[in-house]
Amino acid sequence: MYDYTAGKSDWMAAGLPTEGEAAGRPTAATVARRDVPVCHLEESLRDVRERVRAAGWDACVVVNEARIVMGLLRAEQLRREEGLTVESAMRPGPSTFRPNVAIAEMAEFMAKHDLPNAPVTTSAGELIGLLVREDAERAVHECHA
Amino acid sequence: MPIHIGREDVQRLVAEGAQLAEVLPKEEFDEQHLPGAIHLPLRRIDARVRASLDPERPVVLYCWDSA
Repeated sequence: MYDYTAGKSDWMAAGLPTEGEAAGRPTAATVARRDVPVCHLEESLRDVRERVRAAGWDACVVVNEARIVMGLLRAEQLRREEGLTVESAMRPGPSTFRPNVAIAEMAEFMAKHDLPNAPVTTSAGELIGLLVREDAERAVHECHA
Repeated sequence: MPIHIGREDVQRLVAEGAQLAEVLPKEEFDEQHLPGAIHLPLRRIDARVRASLDPERPVVLYCWDSA
């Protein structure tokens, strides 16, 4: 007897196929961008900003060594003054979302709370990716097309 | 005692013929489950386990996560 301890959440977070009524429907995990830049608490905000912008992003997820989400740098935090560390500039403890949340639910929540993006994590807080609101809204539109 | 395994182990074991069983409530199983998994709700696992599973093949149980 084996116990797949990380369970269905881990399977879905990896983007692996499933079966059932909701299989194939877009979720927070399937739409989230997994190539989102990440940085660490002690880094210089200026260095991170340059790296993030060079990669074509306006957001960066702050993680620890285990990729647990510690904070978020959205555009307004990335614009903050020179000389700050990531830790002093970031939004600490951002709301995170589970990978199985339906994309329509995510799009509605993000619009209601005016969130430009939202980290998607495992229940342990490990980063899966960053869901961008435009991507969520586009996925909903494509579902209904 | 069950042996704790990760995702890659699950894929390997299933490819080798292991049986997958989800122990979450039926509504959650019906909504989405791992490919080929059968439903074994936790409360009935003792009564149904013999009838539902091949005793000759390994069994991989899973729920939502480790929490």
